[in-house]
Amino acid sequence: MAEANQAAAPIKDERVREMSPLRKALIRPELGAICGTIVVFLFFLAIARDSGMFAPEGIINWGTVAAQFAIIAVGACLLMIAGEFDLSVGSMIGFSGIVIALMTVQWGFPAWFGILVAFALALAIGALNGFLVIRTGLPSFIVTLAFLYILRGLTIFISITTTRKTIIGGVREASEGDPIAWLFGGKVFNGLFVWLADLGIVDTFVAGPKAGQPVVEGIPMLMIWALALIVFGHLLLTRTKFGNWIFASGGDAQAARYVGVPVNRVKISMFMFSAFCATVFATCQVMEFGSAAADRGLLKEFEAIISVVIGGALLTGGYGSVIGAALGALIFGVVQQGLFFAGVESSLFRVFLGVILLLAVILNTYIRRMITGER
Amino acid sequence: MSAPLIELVDIEKHFGPVIALNGVSVSVKEGECHCLLGDNGAGKSTFIKTMSGVHKPTRGTIRVQGAEVTFNSPRDAMEAGIATVYQDLAMIPLMSVTRNFWMGREPEKRFGPFKMFDFHTANKVTLSEMAKMGIHLRSPDQAVGTLSGGERQTVAIARAVYFGAKVLILDEPTSALGVRQTSNVLATIDKVRKKGIGVVFITHNVRHAMAVGDRFTVLNRGKTLGTAARGEIKAEELQDMMAGGQELAALEGSLGGTI
Ligand SMILES: Nc1ncnc2c1ncn2[C@@H]1O[C@H](COP(=O)(O)OP(=O)(O)OP(=O)(O)O)[C@@H](O)[C@H]1O
Ligand SMILES: [Mg+2]
Repeated sequence: MAEANQAAAPIKDERVREMSPLRKALIRPELGAICGTIVVFLFFLAIARDSGMFAPEGIINWGTVAAQFAIIAVGACLLMIAGEFDLSVGSMIGFSGIVIALMTVQWGFPAWFGILVAFALALAIGALNGFLVIRTGLPSFIVTLAFLYILRGLTIFISITTTRKTIIGGVREASEGDPIAWLFGGKVFNGLFVWLADLGIVDTFVAGPKAGQPVVEGIPMLMIWALALIVFGHLLLTRTKFGNWIFASGGDAQAARYVGVPVNRVKISMFMFSAFCATVFATCQVMEFGSAAADRGLLKEFEAIISVVIGGALLTGGYGSVIGAALGALIFGVVQQGLFFAGVESSLFRVFLGVILLLAVILNTYIRRMITGER
Repeated sequence: MSAPLIELVDIEKHFGPVIALNGVSVSVKEGECHCLLGDNGAGKSTFIKTMSGVHKPTRGTIRVQGAEVTFNSPRDAMEAGIATVYQDLAMIPLMSVTRNFWMGREPEKRFGPFKMFDFHTANKVTLSEMAKMGIHLRSPDQAVGTLSGGERQTVAIARAVYFGAKVLILDEPTSALGVRQTSNVLATIDKVRKKGIGVVFITHNVRHAMAVGDRFTVLNRGKTLGTAARGEIKAEELQDMMAGGQELAALEGSLGGTI
């Protein structure tokens, strides 16, 4: 038993330098995204402070855009950590939106039914994506690229053959008073903003039909979805058994299989989750605009992947952070809307984004090597 | 004397036209270290993959403690108490030691309606199991990639032992290691054997085999050349059998007996 006693006492290894708590706290997968976020906020505080960007309605403005990115980034993040890509996210957004609009406006079903059908179809397509990747052993890059075209083509085709248009309006009217639709298109905490307006913290409309009401009506449900998905994704990944399986499936699928991790099930469910997130995005967008368009969601898959990579995930899987991906989405949203507030040419958006992407990824690579001992 | 922990009789394995194993029989007893020797491509890895349920044998029988079994998956073999540390796939370097240690068998704790990974227990057990094997981790959330090759092997061995392995299969655990790390792994094998676990130790280094082995089986081009107990056979004889006879003996003469 001497051995056990000896084991209990922590032994100092003379070859391991003590790490300061600060250093330890800094060395984390999200560091690149944290630094990026700080840089971006400092930048806009310097150039656009008086533009209203940091007033409540300004915050709602870029917050909404960031929340949109975040919703699809969470799905892309977990899938990428599980070792796969989904390039069909953008097409899935267009597809789900058109499904909802067709069901409710064209065929007269209640909105809740249309939304449920859209989610069911999306989950089925996500599962099919995953199934094909597992069965064929092809890279998910190729399989989901095929679905990028298939879904987009189908969406436009269905929309044109049934309505002769690629934009279907009237969804808001059709979903008036629906028990589920407000979950995606509604706003919450309206009372809070009325109160804040009374205190003079939030401006009110001075003229027009809404005179006297606060300029910020409430927090859009889109933001609530983003927060809920971020919290869910983060807890799932870092605090559950399933999260460990996600890391293992992406880190080394074969090694994971040998110890009994159901790698196929993990990957397929992550494809389904990615499709789920795309449909949340689509439903919120349809409810907000009151219409669906067959070309919605173009290039969204890349924006999601970029957010995830800024957030410190490894493109080859097995490593990453949902919090990082959410910060990546925040950077994306702030930069896109911020340049508009600052009155800068919007093409500069891309230049700035490219620079941030590069810097964050360089920093991430450096940090990751420190954490994982990769060479 | 009870039945061997595991017994494989006349195992054949074909991969299409390739005959990787052509009638191999091996048994492992409680508390012994059975060394499986053989040159590259002799079929050692294929043989232990049959033993651990990765491959199904084309022909032959497997008995666990006297009873005939068929393994349909690695999971079946694991449940029968057969744990394997693979040559190339022991650990996932990007993940922490704790995450690797518990991979596939994560302990859970209830939080209201949710079940969460119980990191508190997991970290504690990982640290103490590693310490029993003589490795003192900086922290349980250190990535496996930051460990040395020998330490990685030890994590994998500690994991197998902790989860109640009766037979522990090690595929060339020492092949990539330096002198000190090799002796650490050999010492670990000795500790494991003393717990009554049967160890299958695969190597093509005769000296490593002689250091810990109780019995030795040599594979050559998919066949066994018989099993010998410790003391019945000399290192040079094993070396010769591995090489399949004469050429090496001749070569050895010209190199002055250094291989
Ligand atoms: N999945 C497979 N398909 C076809 N042939 C295979 C397969 N696996 C192994 N083989 C062949 O079977 C033979 C034995 O291979 P095995 O990996 O068992 O050798 P080994 O003794 O472990 O060698 P090493 O010392 O290099 O690890 C080789 O000729 C190999 O090419
Ligand atoms: Mg081998």
